Amino acid sequence: MQVSEAQQEAAAGAWHEIVRETLKRNNVRLIAYVPDRVLTPLIAGVHADPFFNAFPTAREEEAVGILAGAWMGGMRGALLMQTSGFSTLANVLASLAVPYQIPLIMFVSERGTLGEFNWGQSLVCRTMRPVLDSLAMEHHTITRLDELEFIADRSIKQAVATQAPVACILSPLLTGGKVFKR
Amino acid sequence: MTKTTKSGKPAPAAPRAGNTKVMNRFDLTRRLVARLKSEEAVIGGIGNTNFDLWAAGQRPQNFYMLGSMGLAFPIALGVALAQPKRRVIALEGDGSLLMQLGCLTTIAMLAPKNLSLIVMDNGIYQITGAQPTPAAAAASDLVAVARGCGIAESAWAADEEDFERLVEASLAATVPTLIGARIDHKPGTGTTDRDPVQIRERFMRGIGVRGVAVVEKTPTPA
Repeated sequence: MQVSEAQQEAAAGAWHEIVRETLKRNNVRLIAYVPDRVLTPLIAGVHADPFFNAFPTAREEEAVGILAGAWMGGMRGALLMQTSGFSTLANVLASLAVPYQIPLIMFVSERGTLGEFNWGQSLVCRTMRPVLDSLAMEHHTITRLDELEFIADRSIKQAVATQAPVACILSPLLTGGKVFKR
Repeated sequence: MTKTTKSGKPAPAAPRAGNTKVMNRFDLTRRLVARLKSEEAVIGGIGNTNFDLWAAGQRPQNFYMLGSMGLAFPIALGVALAQPKRRVIALEGDGSLLMQLGCLTTIAMLAPKNLSLIVMDNGIYQITGAQPTPAAAAASDLVAVARGCGIAESAWAADEEDFERLVEASLAATVPTLIGARIDHKPGTGTTDRDPVQIRERFMRGIGVRGVAVVEKTPTPA
């Protein structure tokens, strides 16, 4: 990222700052993630803020278990991952998060669309929404900066209030995505 | 390190855990539960591990996992992070742990002071027809794996008395601990209820997250 671009983002309230502040305002403290290039500034941001307990996990499924346990123990958390990570979760969503009524809060950096350069990523992306829909899970694709805070904030509140998982899909339209360089 | 079997046949009594005695899951679970005096949370893994935890006495602080094979340790880690003053114990089967070995590194990294891990190792997927695990066929040592992942306080229980001693030490430890127990091929003793919401709700009340009973919440007229 160019310096000038970063400065512009900071002035406007970059997407990752808005997500971080929205998590904080909703007392979402435990942040488990499997790294992703696009999520890097958000991951760095939650690590830098002592409000959060942020850590990587070996697998996304493992993070769902940790966050489910933490929520039952009285602490809110969120999972940050990319599309291919989400695609590993069908079993744990269907056997833990949904039937046990766990308000699992997920932020998914969307790969596989709008300029994807890896065929596998574009295929795995197509499995995401059908899996979410098949379990009747709430999900929103966030494309605009001016809608981000509203959608993220309301999604977190609804997940907690209804004890149901939610996925906020961060579109390349919002984040810039991962760009093909050859 | 121990030798693999020449024939490749399942070797339930393979000496991968040294000279440890082959014990019984239900017996060990009862011994564990009998030592719990401080409303410790116990997370039971899928299948027989759960069934024996259920049969050992249904404490309100027990959580029974009905699916999500391999997640007993991660769930317990989450509870331990959320409630650092409560001791949290996770019971997991060897086949289940094999599904999620990476979680051992996460636990070692976060190093909660209140997490005790127990692996019941019979070397088979008992509940699906007693097929041997790859770890049993390869004579893998799960306690050595845990130690290699950074959980330094990992040990095989030599016998029942040693198991009780290790449990006692783990309940007072200030680092994550793991106890490996070689067990026989007997199935679980009971079966859990199958109502996930009720299991979770009871557990959350048991560990003080859901407050007082509903009747006590009823507002009194002004």
